[in-house]
Amino acid sequence: MTPHETKGETQYTAYHPRWYRTRVSTYWWLGKWYYLKFVLRELSSIFVAYFVVITLLQIHSLSRGPEAYARFEERMRNPLMIALDAISFLFVLFHTITWFNLAPRAMVVRLGGKRVPEILIAGSNYVAWLVISASVAWFILR
Amino acid sequence: MRTWFAADKTGFHMLHALFQTSLKYDTVIRYDEWFVTKLLVDDGCVQGAVAIELMSGKIQAITAHAIILCTGGCGRVFPFTTNANIKNGDGMALAYRAGAPLKDMEFVQYHPTGLPFTGILITEAARAEGGYMLNKDGYRYLQDYNLGKPQPKPVLRSMELGPRDRLSQAFVMEMEKGRTIKGPYGDVVHLDLRHLGEKLISTKLPFVRELCLKYQNIDPIKELIPVRPVVHYMMGGVHTNINGATPLPGLYAAGEVACVSINGANRLGSNSLPELLVFGARVGRAAAEFASKHTAPSAAILAQAMDENRRLRKQLLEKTGGGERIATIRDEMQKAIEDGAGIYRTGTSLVETVTKLRELQQRYTNTVLDDRGLTFNTELIAAMELGFMLDAAEAIVQCALHRTESRGAHQRTDFPKRNDEKFLAHSLVYRNADGSSRVEYLPVKITRWPPGERVYGEPSQTKEAQAGR
Amino acid sequence: MAETIQLEVTRYSPEHDAAPTFQRFEVPYRRDWVVLDALNYIKDQLDGSLSYRWSCRMGICGSCGMMVNGEPKLTCATFLSSYAPDAVRVEPLRYFPVVRDLVIEMSDFMVKLKKVKPWIIQKEEKSIADGEYLQTPQQLDVYKQFSMCINCMLCYAACPVYGLDPLFTGPAAIALAQRYNIDSRDQGAKERMDILSQHEGIWACTFVGECTEVCPKHVDPAGAIQQYKLTAAKEWFKSLLMPWGAK
Repeated sequence: MTPHETKGETQYTAYHPRWYRTRVSTYWWLGKWYYLKFVLRELSSIFVAYFVVITLLQIHSLSRGPEAYARFEERMRNPLMIALDAISFLFVLFHTITWFNLAPRAMVVRLGGKRVPEILIAGSNYVAWLVISASVAWFILR
Repeated sequence: MRTWFAADKTGFHMLHALFQTSLKYDTVIRYDEWFVTKLLVDDGCVQGAVAIELMSGKIQAITAHAIILCTGGCGRVFPFTTNANIKNGDGMALAYRAGAPLKDMEFVQYHPTGLPFTGILITEAARAEGGYMLNKDGYRYLQDYNLGKPQPKPVLRSMELGPRDRLSQAFVMEMEKGRTIKGPYGDVVHLDLRHLGEKLISTKLPFVRELCLKYQNIDPIKELIPVRPVVHYMMGGVHTNINGATPLPGLYAAGEVACVSINGANRLGSNSLPELLVFGARVGRAAAEFASKHTAPSAAILAQAMDENRRLRKQLLEKTGGGERIATIRDEMQKAIEDGAGIYRTGTSLVETVTKLRELQQRYTNTVLDDRGLTFNTELIAAMELGFMLDAAEAIVQCALHRTESRGAHQRTDFPKRNDEKFLAHSLVYRNADGSSRVEYLPVKITRWPPGERVYGEPSQTKEAQAGR
Repeated sequence: MAETIQLEVTRYSPEHDAAPTFQRFEVPYRRDWVVLDALNYIKDQLDGSLSYRWSCRMGICGSCGMMVNGEPKLTCATFLSSYAPDAVRVEPLRYFPVVRDLVIEMSDFMVKLKKVKPWIIQKEEKSIADGEYLQTPQQLDVYKQFSMCINCMLCYAACPVYGLDPLFTGPAAIALAQRYNIDSRDQGAKERMDILSQHEGIWACTFVGECTEVCPKHVDPAGAIQQYKLTAAKEWFKSLLMPWGAK
């Protein structure tokens, strides 16, 4: 029994079921906040990449001496760059928070036969983030 | 008696485990959503079946050396039942029409606490934890019915934890006295869990709360749950021996559709699940052995299949005129059988039901379908299921009418006592050539446990004390 | 309180129609009625040709999945009171081919279910005489959540990956594969890994997470898939670092 998918003018023949497939719109993700949040989360990876590149350039210019660093800072002071950096920062924050919140779904840790509550796994990620950020900040600002 | 269970999902897990494991075997070919309309019998043997392939509407014939029926019970014949929509006694009617007898159809098990509209079961656990059953005056009416007296804690086999059929009977008697509550779907009593408190309900009865909230919008912590006895299980079914073979060679049956009978006149809780496993295996093996020894089906059955094809087209798909709706006939049948052949039966009520069923059978031939399509015509299936239900209903009522005694789940107010001389036997109902039925009896062989007196509440505790337990 | 409520239902008969249309019905409104009850009312009293699947009326058989106001839901567990007095739109389950009215074609799921081998695989089958497999409650607890799947396919209707790429194995099938992988009695994890580490297996999933949101039985298929990805990654590293390990 072969079904005929409707493509407009296909005729129905007896005992041959004719299935209808709805086309999925390219903008399927605009219909619902949950899907929009997902797409934004995925897009945030572009901004994460941008952030990483900028940070690498910053470190590179640092290593080349104070004049190189001054030039780097000059370029970054441009209002467009500031705007871009601000947006990127927000996206990186969004990326991090969603990542940490979703981590416990993938990492199932069992202690003594019972599953460790999700909030502890997510929480431990945040704590690690805070500790590392604090150490780096102390190191730089020292 | 011990059952190894998985909360209230034992059957669910069994089903999924068996289904998923069956996917392992490529030799098992499944015809999903093919609805069997008739068994093909030739030469006194079952030789195949005719089925409607729902997806395309094509009517197909499948030839077979042996057929096993596992279609479940016929709870949907009654208006209040825990059974799913597909439990219409299909297998019982198919076997009945093919010439196999149905056995012990009058024994219908009610569960005392089901939601009135959806039929969802409120498990015994709710009563075991201390729930009360109240009539319209807020009174625990069970104490009036020889089931013991209200105690601070629930006592086994007394009050709300009494045997299921006694609780259902108490409900009927309350209803006759006018002390039940008139709900939108009929008479109900209330199950009160409010005094148990939120903590206990959430830890010990989470399923009960979830079911009430999710499927009928009632919160047991704050509200009274309307309940009434609902049909839960059919002890009766197609007559089979210990290997699942019916008197019709080639036809086997297992599960609720069959009546071996291991459940007698009243089934014990949790017995139907092991029954499925044990008899499913036995019957599978017996049918396979039978099939391996028998020859190919005869050519005559092809003619039978074509006849069935024509009948389905003429009677249902192409019919015009008439004017009966399937739903009307179904509702009237359900009402008639609950009134006449419910928890309590009398000769008069049963005869009335027989007359009503005959009238409905006649009106059934006048049903006209809205749906003339071929693709997935569920109205056609509903019409076929109604036909099967009318046959099952006829069998139930005829068996109940002829058994002039009370035994187990079959209670007659005009014959309240058990009559072992005449009725220590199974009722067998056969279909005559003209469509009417005849009831015969098959004596029961007592091997180990002779029938005894049933006593509950205080007398039973006294008896146990006397037995020195 | 309104006495009636409007239902807007998809109608499609392949014998007459080229594409699905909508039809409006007016049904009685009751506080404890669900969408399925309204559909049954339509079929019984108004138009018997409306076709849809249903069976248990209590969320355990998984037959009555449909789109209600654009969300995949079990119609036996969706109260009319959540939508009253607005009209309720009922459509067939999304991302599946529509056969008739509210009925979809689900053989794709059955094929995928079989493909992931959802049964206990043992290197050496035990005979019945050897007794049953023993399992502690802790071992049961590990996979219990994933065994609750009722095969209702709401997760497929929620998964945009499945919508855009019908070859994707899908949430329910992978969750069931994982249910057997982490079952202490099973030894077939490697076999299933070979099947599911293909492109249309676990790696097609982008963790949208909507499948878990709509699952009526809280199976968390998204969690199952991510855990499976973690296991797959670990296995890959192991095979890289210790290529001499037993296959």
